[in-house]
Amino acid sequence: MNSCADDCPCAAMTTEKLTLHYGATAAFRDVSLEIPRCEITALIGPSGCGKTSFLSSLNRLTDLVPSCRVTGRITLGDLEVLAPDTNVVALRRRIGMIFQKPNPFAFSIAKNFALPLREHGVREHAEIEQRTEAALRDVGLWDEVRDRLRRSARTLSGGQQQRLCLARALALEPEVLLLDEPCSALDPISSAKVEDHLQSLKGRFTVVIVTHNLAQARRIADRVVFFWADESGGRVVESGPVDALFEDAIDPLTQAYVRGQHG
Amino acid sequence: MTPRSDRPVALFVLRSCALGTITILVLIVAFVVGESVDVLRNAGLSRLWTDPTWHPASKTNPTFGAVPMIVGTLFATAGAVVVALPLGLLCAVFVNYHATHTLRRLVNGVIELLAGIPSVVYGLWGLTTLVPIIAMIRGPGTSLLAGILVLALMILPTIVLLIDQALREQPAELALSAAALGLSKSRIIWSVLVPSAWRSIGTASLLATARALGETMAVLLVCGNAIKTPTSLFDSVRTLTANIALEMAYAMDTHRSALFASGLLLLGLVGLLIAGIELLERRVRT
Ligand SMILES: Nc1ncnc2c1ncn2[C@@H]1O[C@H](COP(=O)(O)OP(=O)(O)OP(=O)(O)O)[C@@H](O)[C@H]1O
Ligand SMILES: [Mg+2]
Repeated sequence: MNSCADDCPCAAMTTEKLTLHYGATAAFRDVSLEIPRCEITALIGPSGCGKTSFLSSLNRLTDLVPSCRVTGRITLGDLEVLAPDTNVVALRRRIGMIFQKPNPFAFSIAKNFALPLREHGVREHAEIEQRTEAALRDVGLWDEVRDRLRRSARTLSGGQQQRLCLARALALEPEVLLLDEPCSALDPISSAKVEDHLQSLKGRFTVVIVTHNLAQARRIADRVVFFWADESGGRVVESGPVDALFEDAIDPLTQAYVRGQHG
Repeated sequence: MTPRSDRPVALFVLRSCALGTITILVLIVAFVVGESVDVLRNAGLSRLWTDPTWHPASKTNPTFGAVPMIVGTLFATAGAVVVALPLGLLCAVFVNYHATHTLRRLVNGVIELLAGIPSVVYGLWGLTTLVPIIAMIRGPGTSLLAGILVLALMILPTIVLLIDQALREQPAELALSAAALGLSKSRIIWSVLVPSAWRSIGTASLLATARALGETMAVLLVCGNAIKTPTSLFDSVRTLTANIALEMAYAMDTHRSALFASGLLLLGLVGLLIAGIELLERRVRT
């Protein structure tokens, strides 16, 4: 399924026996996964089984949650993500993340791009403008906002805001994109637009997407990971290529879930 | 919520309270205006800033030049806000993002205590501790600078508590999404979180300004109260509030009326500040 060229910059991720606790409660345990480069991996599963927690452990956003403890191993290319000497700011530049609720900063569209770009060492005004435009074109937002780059980003519609957030992450040229239910707060048309753009980005990034929409997972994903929660916390029940998981799942839980019988 | 018609008694009580508050406020304003009428009609409010001197008790030729006191009031207030706002912002940022849990509670406790100290105590502290120190640099010690520092200390708790609350109310996702873009902690705080709270910071400064403007006892004790337009921070000044407190006891007729007129001026300034806050708040909602 690996559709991209050998010189493509995107990187693979792996996790080994990854376990995450909030205080004394485990959100998920012993998750060992391969996330192949340039593919779209979809995480599915019922609410509360630890998908968001898993996603935010990949870019160590969990460092910011006081009670949260992550053990096990995560790699990004050759990098040991959980090693104490890993530079998290540099790590998060390589791994972009989009949240369920669009969250542009409360200043102008242009500054939403300029701030992170400057932080990552892009100083030239011309380059900032050029990368902003390229990213906005990537998500199909350029024509809608080219005349109002100085206006507040919060004046955009929800769908536009979400595409702006996607573009803002893309402008940093990440290797991996993490998407946490990026369409769930959007109306069907905006949602379809975002989904289209995800598909058009296929092969340029390694994508991990959490979605409750099984049809969407089926349409866009190469691989699917099925999370499930029981009394002892979340775990991965099954994972594999999208068709295998949707058509001949091995585990009865998975079979029932993809047929929509619970969750 | 229970429909209105179900709770006529509660509604009546609430309405009466609201109406009572408004009535009292209107009565106070009317009283101040009424007491100022004498000077307003015979001299006009503008003489507060056109007359050259302040001799309101003179029988033959009373003058009402309050400019030195207006300037003193404005400088003391502005100076206090200029000193207290950055300090308060730094303090609120510190307790929100850098302090451990215990330290945070300690700082909050101290700040709430500071807010509860009566202003005369601040004044006494300023007079016995701050004024001698300033006098060592340049006499007489009781000065605009002393007033600014004491006022700054007094409004600091208000500023810290309001900004702290504004920062705490920022949605958690804002900080997370900024961190996910690979921004450093200080960049997240100063470029994302603090700017997002700028309206609340504005409200905090305006409220603190109003408080400083109306403060009387502490500035009366530390400012020296000379009626003279200050030319340096070390000059003695008298604020409008201090002037009212000092002269009201023996003022009569036009003099008394002139003091009420200066009170009216203060009321107007505070009204402007409240209007500013209202404007900020209204823009938050849209
Ligand atoms: N900051 C936190 N502190 C404590 N517990 C948390 C925190 N965030 C999540 N949890 C708990 O961890 C478990 C997993 O939560 P998580 O948000 O990862 O689930 P999810 O699969 O993303 O759910 P959803 O599909 O509803 O988004 C839940 O039981 C949740 O209550
Ligand atoms: Mg989630």
